[in-house]
Amino acid sequence: MSAVLGSERRIDAPKPARDTMPLLAVRGLVAHYGPTQVLHGLDFEVATGGITTILGANGAGKTTTLRAVCNMVRSSGEVVLGGERIDVLATEAIVRRGVAHVPDGRGTFLHLSVEENLRLGAYSRKDRGDIEPDFERVYGYFPRLKERHRQQAGTLSGGEQQMLAVSRALMLRPRLLLLDEPSFGLAPLIVQHLFDILRTINAEAGIGMLLVEQNAAMALKVAQQAYLLETGRVVMSGPADVIRSDETVRRSYLGY
Amino acid sequence: MSAVPPLTSAPAATVAEPVAAPTPVVAAAAVEVAPAQPPRRLERRHIVAVVVLLALACALPFFIPNYRTFQLTLALAYAIALLGLNMLTGYNGQISLGHGAFFAIGAYTAAILMDKADWPYWATIPVAGVVCLVAGFLFGLPALRLEGLYLAVATLALAYAMPQILKHKAIEQWTGGVQGIVIVKPDPPWGLPISQDQWLYFFVLLWVVVLFVVGWNLLRGRVGRAMVAIRDQPIAAKAMGIDTAIVKSMSFGVSALFTGVAGALNAIAVQFVAPDSFQPFLSISLLVGIVIGGLASISGAFYGALFIQFVPNLADQLSKAAPWALYGVFLLAFMYAMPFGVAGFVQRVAARFRRRPRGPA
Amino acid sequence: MNALLHQVLSGLASGGIYASVGLALVMIYQATHLVNFAQGELAMFATYLAWTLMQAGVPYWGAFAITVACAFVAGVAIERIIVRPVENAPILAVVIVFIALLVIFNSLAGWIWTYTIKPFPSPFPSQPLFGNSYVSSHELGSMAITLAVLLLLFVFFRYTPLGLAMRAAAQNPESSRLVGIRVGWMLALGWGLAAAIGAIAGMMVAPTVFLEPNMMGGILLYAFAGALLGGIDSPGGAVLGGFIVGVLENVVGAYVGTELKLTVALVVIVGVLVVRPSGLFGRVHVTRV
Repeated sequence: MSAVLGSERRIDAPKPARDTMPLLAVRGLVAHYGPTQVLHGLDFEVATGGITTILGANGAGKTTTLRAVCNMVRSSGEVVLGGERIDVLATEAIVRRGVAHVPDGRGTFLHLSVEENLRLGAYSRKDRGDIEPDFERVYGYFPRLKERHRQQAGTLSGGEQQMLAVSRALMLRPRLLLLDEPSFGLAPLIVQHLFDILRTINAEAGIGMLLVEQNAAMALKVAQQAYLLETGRVVMSGPADVIRSDETVRRSYLGY
Repeated sequence: MSAVPPLTSAPAATVAEPVAAPTPVVAAAAVEVAPAQPPRRLERRHIVAVVVLLALACALPFFIPNYRTFQLTLALAYAIALLGLNMLTGYNGQISLGHGAFFAIGAYTAAILMDKADWPYWATIPVAGVVCLVAGFLFGLPALRLEGLYLAVATLALAYAMPQILKHKAIEQWTGGVQGIVIVKPDPPWGLPISQDQWLYFFVLLWVVVLFVVGWNLLRGRVGRAMVAIRDQPIAAKAMGIDTAIVKSMSFGVSALFTGVAGALNAIAVQFVAPDSFQPFLSISLLVGIVIGGLASISGAFYGALFIQFVPNLADQLSKAAPWALYGVFLLAFMYAMPFGVAGFVQRVAARFRRRPRGPA
Repeated sequence: MNALLHQVLSGLASGGIYASVGLALVMIYQATHLVNFAQGELAMFATYLAWTLMQAGVPYWGAFAITVACAFVAGVAIERIIVRPVENAPILAVVIVFIALLVIFNSLAGWIWTYTIKPFPSPFPSQPLFGNSYVSSHELGSMAITLAVLLLLFVFFRYTPLGLAMRAAAQNPESSRLVGIRVGWMLALGWGLAAAIGAIAGMMVAPTVFLEPNMMGGILLYAFAGALLGGIDSPGGAVLGGFIVGVLENVVGAYVGTELKLTVALVVIVGVLVVRPSGLFGRVHVTRV
């Protein structure tokens, strides 16, 4: 998709009465793959209990953004989680601070069972006693997983693996959930179900979410804040409903 | 607890980077160091250097005691073996931890022909070479299915099994079993007024010249490039139309040929072959030789040969365990600090001294 | 028939050793896709440590425990210090590093304790159980110990969180990081366990083959052969393969001659790699071009 907008357009929402600290605040995020610079200084936020979405075409740098937040790729810039700087920490340490990342390709442990995958999600938790109830909760969201809980994860369908990946992330009891193209390769009905669950989880447990998506329509329906990424730069940002009704966005990303 | 030097961060960083340059070992400084490869064009200064070195080599035996000449003869034979192993492992990327087996086959071929069939020593060399060519090719065929690690395991098993095979009763009447075969040291021909050791030195030197010229031609030509292509990008090589199966098997065969000839020469010089001369230590020595000399380098064969000939002798005086220990320490040290081996180091130094308008690399 | 039974039982006893060492090899292979050529020498070195402790008066099981603990620590240390820097280096570099370790430990043992063969005590009685003529008490005891070790490992990996984390780290390091597993330390732990297993195997085999620096060379190859036969990425397969190779070695040795026993290892290794590289139970790998 050719560059739609030149410089960044920010559509500001009216400021809330009380200034609440964002769950995740990212300033000047830069990332490299080898000698190539892929992200050119991104600024974005996830509000506490909110859902932020980052949209863009293939190659815009969306996956890299999530990987950079988790320090899985060579990056620099300020990443602040709940007031604490995490950009200097190793991936494992960031995860232990309550950041669950559902990666591109799901990252399922294919040779382990569904139950073992979920158990691994809870690996770093200190509150061992609360893990079993969380199993039930997750099975409540995705009953299919309970049916197949002894099955080898690699034998699940694409949709089931996606559910498993999200569930594993939930087993961490994260503060922040990073989702990399959860709708990828899934049938529309399943995507709908998945996003309903995400909305539910967000409402019930107050988990903040950073959602990276190519499926702009679905993402904009569920998110409050949206950022548009093009070749490693934020070209547009603002409340989701405002972005959704924007003329240029509709034509280039939503197809109508 | 071990004798291994602790690693500092600089060498560690060097080692962790994947390689882009045409050498199989780690190299972060690939850009500034000319990779150790045979020169593409034969420049005048190379010819001059080789001629001078050759002249020195010919003059040397007349100025040193006989036993030193003998040691140098053995080193020259090792150089041939190392070139052989380097072809397979350095240039073609097939790891062999069992080349001592081909050394043994060559040695035994020469010894058996001399002892049982009364052949003259000089005639056994080509036969040893051909026998090993075939043996190497035959081993190379199943080896086609074995990649990297697995090939290393299989060749290590070969190295361990070899002494047992050589001792076996079924072939004892030819191999002489545990006692091996004793052969007679040849006299200089045509009544030349030189000692036996000196004659052998020249005999081996002649083979060194012949085989290194052959090897150099092979490696810098199409075949050599195909070998390196297979090492670095096997799939792309196949896509380019290189018949990887033939090249790989032939690499094994030719490599075995060189090593077999070296074994035969060694047997004649030492006048003796026995199963215990071909323990796994030998195969690992050869590996040490090419690492120290320089993988994918021709001149490296000489540095490596001098190392494996003389260092164990010196170290032996310290203790029986010392040669082996030194090998291990040197292997580690070279892996972390001098992955191009001595040849690479020498080229680096030479490049610095050369005043060229373009500068190195 | 009696002789065959005796060979088979002896074979199972040595098979237990090969199975243990094979399992150690597979553990490291699963986590790193590397073969630890120095596994045998580490085990030998640990056995010498046990011998030294016993010479100093430490009772057998005390020395056993201390040795296993030290081997574990050494394994962890070796992974962190020597192996980690070359984790991503080309395969030849890694092979060379492992060979270097093999060589260093072998020579260090030779230097410290000399090459003279030493007898190593067995904790089991010298009279055969119930006076039977098929299997010695040491062979039975050794089988029991190796089976116990294998069982403990199975339980550890299958039913404990740490074991699960190690399996995960071996299979998928990146996803493991995403659930907070410290992958580097999981690898180190794997090396530690492998070294500990090797130490136990060494102490079980030393009474039979006598303690000397080269005692584990052949055993390492049999363990390889067993692991390859069973499938180098299948722990269960490696164990079964080890037992099969043990029996095969003994039976072939009895009927064809003991001098060619190592050749059996070579034949098995090459044969498996050529005919069915994934072994009996391993996964068949399809490489995408």
